[in-house]
Amino acid sequence: MANDTSDRGGTATATKTEATGFEERRSESPLQRIQHVLHANPILGPLAVLVLAVVVFSIVSGRFLSAANLGLVLAQVTVIAVLALGQTLIILTAGIDLSAGAIAVFSSILMANIATDLGVPGVLALIIGLVLGTAMGAINGLLVTRLKLPPFIVTLGTLSIFFSLNAVVSRSETVRGSDMPSIMTWTGTTFSLGGFRITYGSIIMLLLFALFWYALSKTAWGKHVYATGDDIEAARLAGIRTGHVLFSVYTVAGLLYAVGAWILMGRLASASPNVGVEYNLDSITAVVLGGTSLFGGRGLVLGTLVGALIVGVFRNGLQLGGVDVVWQGCAIGLLVLIAVSIDQWIRKVRA
Amino acid sequence: MSVETNVEAGSQKAPLREPVLQAKGLVKRYGPVTAIASGDLELYPGEILAVIGDNGAGKTSLIKALCGAIIPDSGEILLDGKRVHFRTPMDARRAGIETVYQSLAVAPGLDIADNLFLGREVRKPGILGSVFRMLDRKHMRDEAKRHMSELGITTLQNIGQAVESLSGGQRQGVAVARSAAFGSKVMILDEPTAALGVREGNRVLQLVRDVRDRGLPVILISHNMPHVFDIADRIQIQRLGRRATVITPQSHTMSEAVAIMTGAAEPPPPVG
Ligand SMILES: Nc1ncnc2c1ncn2[C@@H]1O[C@H](COP(=O)(O)OP(=O)(O)OP(=O)(O)O)[C@@H](O)[C@H]1O
Ligand SMILES: [Mg+2]
Repeated sequence: MANDTSDRGGTATATKTEATGFEERRSESPLQRIQHVLHANPILGPLAVLVLAVVVFSIVSGRFLSAANLGLVLAQVTVIAVLALGQTLIILTAGIDLSAGAIAVFSSILMANIATDLGVPGVLALIIGLVLGTAMGAINGLLVTRLKLPPFIVTLGTLSIFFSLNAVVSRSETVRGSDMPSIMTWTGTTFSLGGFRITYGSIIMLLLFALFWYALSKTAWGKHVYATGDDIEAARLAGIRTGHVLFSVYTVAGLLYAVGAWILMGRLASASPNVGVEYNLDSITAVVLGGTSLFGGRGLVLGTLVGALIVGVFRNGLQLGGVDVVWQGCAIGLLVLIAVSIDQWIRKVRA
Repeated sequence: MSVETNVEAGSQKAPLREPVLQAKGLVKRYGPVTAIASGDLELYPGEILAVIGDNGAGKTSLIKALCGAIIPDSGEILLDGKRVHFRTPMDARRAGIETVYQSLAVAPGLDIADNLFLGREVRKPGILGSVFRMLDRKHMRDEAKRHMSELGITTLQNIGQAVESLSGGQRQGVAVARSAAFGSKVMILDEPTAALGVREGNRVLQLVRDVRDRGLPVILISHNMPHVFDIADRIQIQRLGRRATVITPQSHTMSEAVAIMTGAAEPPPPVG
C-alpha cells in the first residue's frame, strides 16, 4: 500500500499523479482510506479483533494469559480450525458446506466402530475412515459439479443423510477411548513446550494450515480456486476446468473433515455420535470472522486460523469472566453480523 | 479435441489463399432460441476481418463456437484446413486461437501477472516445480511486464496490482495482452473498444494493428463503424444468425453497411 502512505501529503501531492487511476484517492475520507487498506490487507481486521479480545480478557481475568489456559484455548480451537480450513476452501469457491460437522462426526464414528466392532487394526481403521470422509466430500463435489445443484442445497441434503447414517452405524452409542486402539486418541496426547501443554492434534492442525497456505498462494491450483470463486464463467473462458477445481475442493475438504474427526476423538477421548452438531456453524463462523468473503474469491487460510482463535478466545474469555454460557452465542453471533457487514462494505471498493 | 484431415478443404471458391480459420454451417440453438442459424466465416492469413451486426445477430455466439466456449449443435470448424473439435476454451487456446471476450474473462481478485498466465501458469524449474508445484512468480511477473509494455501499456504502476483496481481501459489492456502474448494462430476480439474512451479505444485499435502486423490474423467484432472502416481489411455482416454478406471498406460506405445490417438494403454478393 505504498500509495496510501504517500497520501499523508494530502492535496499538495495531488497534482503530481496523472492518468493512473489513483487520483480519486487523494480526496478520500479517512473512512474510505480504511476501506482501501482493509480491502488490500484483509487479514488486518480479524487480527485487530483477536488482539483486542486478548487484551480485554487478560484485563478481565488474571488467569486468561496463563500457559495452562492458553494451551486449553488452542486445544479447544483445534477441531473447529481444521473443519474451518476445509470450509474455507469451499467458501473461496463461493460455495458453502453445511455437512462439515456431519462428515467429521460420522467419520469418527466409522473409524471407532471399524476398529472396535470389526477388529480392524488401528492404523488401517484410521486410513479407512480418512478415505470414507474423503468420499463423503467427493459426493458433495459430484452433486455440485455434475447435477449443478447449489452447494447450500446439496450439503443441506447430505448433512441429513450423513447424520442419519451416523445414528444407524453408531446405534447412538458412544465408543469409549479406552476401547479403541491408542492411535485413535493419540491426537489428544500432549507434550510440553516452554510451559505450554500442546496436543499433537494442534500440531497437525498447524501443519495443515501451513500446507494449505502454500497450496493456495504458491501453486496453480490455488490460483484456480480463487479465479473460480471470483467469477466462474470468466475462469472457464480463461481455460480453467472449473468443474475439476470445484470437485477437488469438496473432496479435499472431506479429507480435512476426516482429519478433524481424528483430532476430535483425541479431544473427547471417545467417539460420540452426538458431539459436534454445532461444528458446522462454528466452522462457518470462523471462516467469516477470518475475513473470507461468502461471495467467493477473497480470503486467506491464515484469516481462518485467526477467526477460529477469535471464537475460542471469546468462548474461553467470557467463561473466565463469569459470563453465562447462554450469552456466549449472543456475543459470537454479533461478531459474525459485524464481520459480514464489514465484508460487504469492503467489497464496495470494487464497484 | 481431435483433428482429422478434410479432403474438401480449399475446394471452394476461395481463390489463391487458404483460410487459416473457417466455419461452415454452424448451428447453435438454445431451446426455441436460435443463436446461430448458419455460421459461416473465413479468416485469411494476415488480415483483420471485422464482424458487424445488430444486437442479437449472433456475433458473440459465432466466435464463441470458434474458440471452444460453446459447442455448436452442427457444422464444422477448420483450422489450417483440418477439422477441429474444441470441447473447452483451453482446447482452442492450445491450438493457438486466443480470444478477448466481450466480458473480458479476467479474474478481478488476481493480479495482472496471474491473469496473464491464468490456466497456463509457469512452475519453478527443478523439484520445487515438479514435486512441490511451486509457481515461478518472478518469471511470470517479468514476462507479464514485458508483454504489457510490448503492447505499449506502460501506465500500469505495479504488475502485482489486482485487476479490479485497474481502470476499464487497463483491464481491456490486460485481456488483449493475454491474447497477444499466447496467440500463435488467430486472435479474436469481441467488442474490445465498447467501454472505452476515445484515447483508450484508439490504443486498443493500435494494438490490434500491431498484432496483425506481427502476422496474426484477427477477427474483430465491433459496433463502432468508424473503427471498423478504419481498421478492417474485410467486413462480414451478420444478420439474423447468418452471414448476410462480406464487404470491404473500399467497396461500400458506412451507411450502406448499416443499411445491409439492418435489412434496409439488399445484401450484395460477397467480395474477396
Ligand atoms: N446462453 C444463452 N442462452 C439462451 N440464449 C442465448 C444464449 N446466448 C445467446 N443467446 C441468444 O442468441 C442470440 C444471439 O446472441 P449473441 O450474444 O451471439 O448476439 P450478439 O450479436 O453478440 O449481440 P450483441 O451485439 O448484443 O453482443 C440472442 O438472441 C441471444 O438471446
Ligand atoms: Mg455480443
